[in-house]
Amino acid sequence: MESVNAPQALAHLRIKRRHWFRAQLAAYAFLAPAILIFALFAWYPILRGFVISFQRIDLLGAPRWVGFANFRLVLADPLFYTAWRNTLQFTLLALLLGYLVPIALAIAVNEMRHARSFFRLAFYLPVILPPMVAVLLWKWFYDPGPGLANSVLRALGLPAQQWLQSPETAMLSLVILSTWANAGGTMLLYLAALQGLPAQLYDAAEIDGASIWQRLRHITLPQLRPIMLILLVLQIIGTMQVFTEPFVMTDGGPVNATVTVLLLLYRYAFLFQNFGAAGALGLMLFVVLAAFSLLYLWLTRRFDG
Amino acid sequence: MAKQQDSATRSLISSLELRRPGGRALYWALFVLLLALTLTTILPLYWMFAGALKSTTEMLRVPPTWLPTEPRWANYPLAWSRLNYSRYFANTALIALGAWALQLAVSAPAAFALSKLQPAGGRVWLLLFLATLMVPPTAYLIPQYLTVVRLPLLNISLLDSWWGVWLPGAASAFNIFVLKQFFDGIPRDLTDAARVDGANAWQLFVQIVLPLSRPVLAVVSIFTLIGAWKDFFWPYLVLNDASLQPIMVALFRLANRAQEPLNLIVAALAIASLPPIIMFLIFQRQIIRGITLTGLKG
Repeated sequence: MESVNAPQALAHLRIKRRHWFRAQLAAYAFLAPAILIFALFAWYPILRGFVISFQRIDLLGAPRWVGFANFRLVLADPLFYTAWRNTLQFTLLALLLGYLVPIALAIAVNEMRHARSFFRLAFYLPVILPPMVAVLLWKWFYDPGPGLANSVLRALGLPAQQWLQSPETAMLSLVILSTWANAGGTMLLYLAALQGLPAQLYDAAEIDGASIWQRLRHITLPQLRPIMLILLVLQIIGTMQVFTEPFVMTDGGPVNATVTVLLLLYRYAFLFQNFGAAGALGLMLFVVLAAFSLLYLWLTRRFDG
Repeated sequence: MAKQQDSATRSLISSLELRRPGGRALYWALFVLLLALTLTTILPLYWMFAGALKSTTEMLRVPPTWLPTEPRWANYPLAWSRLNYSRYFANTALIALGAWALQLAVSAPAAFALSKLQPAGGRVWLLLFLATLMVPPTAYLIPQYLTVVRLPLLNISLLDSWWGVWLPGAASAFNIFVLKQFFDGIPRDLTDAARVDGANAWQLFVQIVLPLSRPVLAVVSIFTLIGAWKDFFWPYLVLNDASLQPIMVALFRLANRAQEPLNLIVAALAIASLPPIIMFLIFQRQIIRGITLTGLKG
């Protein structure tokens, strides 16, 4: 070992180091575009999101620090409370109306021996539609006169509704549309989970004399529980950011019944050019959503591990 | 992931039970119920495609006609020309193609570097990329908009330019994640052998990794193209110039213009939903596999 002379070893080390350096350089050449793009359009804006809530932003001049003025302004706005109440109402109604629908659909479709791919496609159809098309389409359906919604109700002998025109039913109308537009996508995720269930569990339960109903309660649903919890959290995160539906269908009306947090944020920023206030409201929403995101992370870790 | 369910795997109701009268009754009851429920998705779509064939007076009739009395097929071409759809279709196609090209050009090399070259600090970068997935996009909507209004350091505005849509869209941690997952599955022996044969990183990427990754590249491409077609809000914020707008933004603007006849608006909705529907029907298998693999809802 001692016989290797020092200069040779040093030269060897230098070549090795140069080799290592070249490999690093090549790897970072591949990474560079992504790092640049993320720095500009993701990391920087995310960090700046915390800052602008404490600033007054002029599109032309430099931002000025204003302390908590934006927060005071937002909290003094009576619409702030309306918006949060409406957003919570949307989220809760969407859970009540829509959370179980994809689960039930997936379990039923998974049982089908005939036309299964037809059912899957049929229930997925609304998800394929662009959201703007779906929203404009339903705006037309909700027309209290010749609209499809009331036509169906009349055909079934039920009383016609005012839908988007009445503060009592406007939010519910948005929730119905949103459920219609999204349930098929969630159903696919449940279908995938159902197809991963081990057949032996059902076989064993059947041999033990468990009825179909008992197997559903004691095998299918417990097996689905991890993904049910995860999708519950994801749905809450998604619905709390509801925007396109009220923006396109009602613009927050009638009498502010459908002003949501994001719609209010949009108005601060793009109607009143008050980006600081919008940032403050966004930060509050972010804190609430971050709590749910952490819950989501914790759940996925727990079930993956 | 398990492949499509075949008869070997079972579900809740067993084949034995299906042969008994009770089980069979339950099965067919469920079948009929599901069939009835498909009306909730098929009827609205039928209403759109059929409504576009009606005259404006027929559209306002109460109770409505379930079949157009005199189908006006000309409504579709009329809507196309009156709403200037050639321009918006071309805009959307170009925006989608640009978004696709840029997203792949940014995500694929990054995923390749993280998976196969594994530079020092690679794990930190991966973590930083993935961290953006945990931040809801609405939380940094305003600062992102301000960034596009005036790019830091360069001080140029991307408003009313397709770059304002393409560049922020290229920051897709989701793509990097999915591609890296796939690249990780390419056996080391394969890349090592190429290395021994003297291939450099670029050759490794272009000649070995990319050709082997066609399935995942297809999934990412389809999702990117459909996503760009459906996108509304960001292009709406960035593109105020009507001649640059994609179809969804144009639809929103036209639908709010009182002077457009309702049947033409509905025809326009129907036309705008055709490309994603056709894309889905063609690539159904890849899309469904992609959704179930990644948990993305499309």
